[in-house]
Amino acid sequence: MTAREAILSALRRNAPTTVPPPDHPEGMRFPDPVAQFLESVKAVGGASARVADAAALQAALSALPVWAEAKKTVSLVPGAGHSTLDPDAVADPHQLEGVDVAVIAGALGVAENGAVWVPGENLGRHRAIFVITEHLVLTVRAADVVSNMQEAYERIRIERPGYGVFISGPSKTADIEQALVIGAHGARSCSVFVVG
Amino acid sequence: MNTFHADKAAAFARDVPHAHWHDTALWFMRVKRDRGAGSVPEWEKLRNAASGIKAHTLSRLADYLEEFERNAKANGIQVHWARDGAEHNRIVGGILEAHGVKLVAKSKSMLTEECGLNPYLEARGLEIVDTDLGERIVQLAHEPPSHIVMPAIHKKKEQIGELFHQTIGTAEGLSDPKVLTEAARQHLRRKFLGAQAGLSGVNFAIADTGGIVVVTNEGNADMGTSLPPLHIASMGVEKVIPRARDLGVFLRLLARSATGQPISTYTTHFHAPLRSGELHVVIVDNGRSEILGRETFRRSLSCIRCGACLNTCPVYRRSGGYSYSYLIPGPIGAVLGAQRDPVAHASLPFASSLCGSCSDVCPVKIDLHHEILALREEIRSRKILPGGKRLSMRIAGVVLRHPALYRAFGWLARSLLRAGVARVGPGATWARQRELPAAPKETFRELWKKEREEKVA
Repeated sequence: MTAREAILSALRRNAPTTVPPPDHPEGMRFPDPVAQFLESVKAVGGASARVADAAALQAALSALPVWAEAKKTVSLVPGAGHSTLDPDAVADPHQLEGVDVAVIAGALGVAENGAVWVPGENLGRHRAIFVITEHLVLTVRAADVVSNMQEAYERIRIERPGYGVFISGPSKTADIEQALVIGAHGARSCSVFVVG
Repeated sequence: MNTFHADKAAAFARDVPHAHWHDTALWFMRVKRDRGAGSVPEWEKLRNAASGIKAHTLSRLADYLEEFERNAKANGIQVHWARDGAEHNRIVGGILEAHGVKLVAKSKSMLTEECGLNPYLEARGLEIVDTDLGERIVQLAHEPPSHIVMPAIHKKKEQIGELFHQTIGTAEGLSDPKVLTEAARQHLRRKFLGAQAGLSGVNFAIADTGGIVVVTNEGNADMGTSLPPLHIASMGVEKVIPRARDLGVFLRLLARSATGQPISTYTTHFHAPLRSGELHVVIVDNGRSEILGRETFRRSLSCIRCGACLNTCPVYRRSGGYSYSYLIPGPIGAVLGAQRDPVAHASLPFASSLCGSCSDVCPVKIDLHHEILALREEIRSRKILPGGKRLSMRIAGVVLRHPALYRAFGWLARSLLRAGVARVGPGATWARQRELPAAPKETFRELWKKEREEKVA
């Protein structure tokens, strides 16, 4: 008997009588999800602002100190900033080490926790870009902000294109005496712009 | 080796300021958890739903694992099955060796601790780097984790500064958490860039989409799995959930229960390997199917490893993770450890006040304190109760069966309390960490009698 057969038959032998799945409760809704989302991003250590349109986004990005000081940049959002390095032109993701700022489009924002859903297709050729960059800038359309995670999962397809990540604020740790330190392994800062 | 929880707890409590700090630090996590839970009006409904989804999944675990496997394979993920820890290690070691891997970046996984993966791979000449900061600290110190979410919570920042000085060459005398974290970031960045494979655990495996979800705050799992072309993820059979939408329920509970955060920083969904890479998932039983067959204890398989029961436990907070003989400490560790090996972990179900706080905070509503009590009974009936407890239980049994003896012992206890016996000799040792009540002037029996007489009169 293979391990697979042994495990599955033991699980079937020992399984209790089938219990039906429960209904999910209704998730809380915010009267103004965008305002709550902007608040939540700040609460998880990020920065956030709402901009009216693409031109305002470009202006706000230019005004960010991390952008102004950056030498190596990657922008995967047309019309927002520019790339000094084309991530799709490098064959090996290790070559992304040293990127100062990456600008990436989120597909959805979640008001209750400041999380931004970034599907794999928005990351270009290499997944690593969102975590290897020193600083991260995310954009979300105002119309794509939902109240809670349950709503979020009704809206997204997690299995396409094979990869996706919720990002809520900058990388952080509290592993030394529970002191919160921003910038553990991933981005040292996370700025989120809601457009529209 | 002495595996009695009480003895090791006594050693931990000897350093009074440190023990007090540990207690306070963990209680702070509990306070943050309460704030997180309090921010969600439907919190209790979510707990019920999470508990119900887990109960449903456990009742059809084999079906969901097959569904997961089918969909994962269609996504290009390679699925392996391991009956026990040894088989798991052989599978992981085999894949790494076939790829000629020398350096592995590993993110946190309690399952690989359970299987003893690191020593197995190290014995084969591989370098395994734990990349979660807390895990890296305990790895450099050659210690196991003392908490499932905060592995180095037992260490003071000065100790970590000294450890880094000796192991990764930082300057002497550092103790600022920011400076230490930055040093670890630089040290581990080099490891990430050099690793040929990434290992991770699995927080959730989704049957209907055939993918896995891994959660971290630091981004270490993302660094470790997005640079090298090879990713191996290890999961226990109980990690599967039926549908993608169930994640909405669990993720709203997980981080709030663990640290009070509304969600962890990175919640990564893997449904395909990297371009020209490989993604392997190893599904491990290692005793879980047996637990599934035990009605009283099967709910312990619902655990999502948030650590809330550790943070709230008055015994864990005051005795530290190393007092527990099992690798997972606290209430859930007592339940899992004593089931795995009741002889080795016989004292763990007694490391509890049965106050029930663990069950109250558990996001998936595991009846932890009931399971702990049931394990005590099991340990007693199997006659593996520690000697002292066996004797005291026997005495209690005799006394409680004989009312006259019970009255006599009551009188004796009150007299001894009044005489201050808890201030001298062995009584003082026993009472050092306890606040003893004042002996009542009248017993309940006397009050009851008086009440009856007044009513009659």
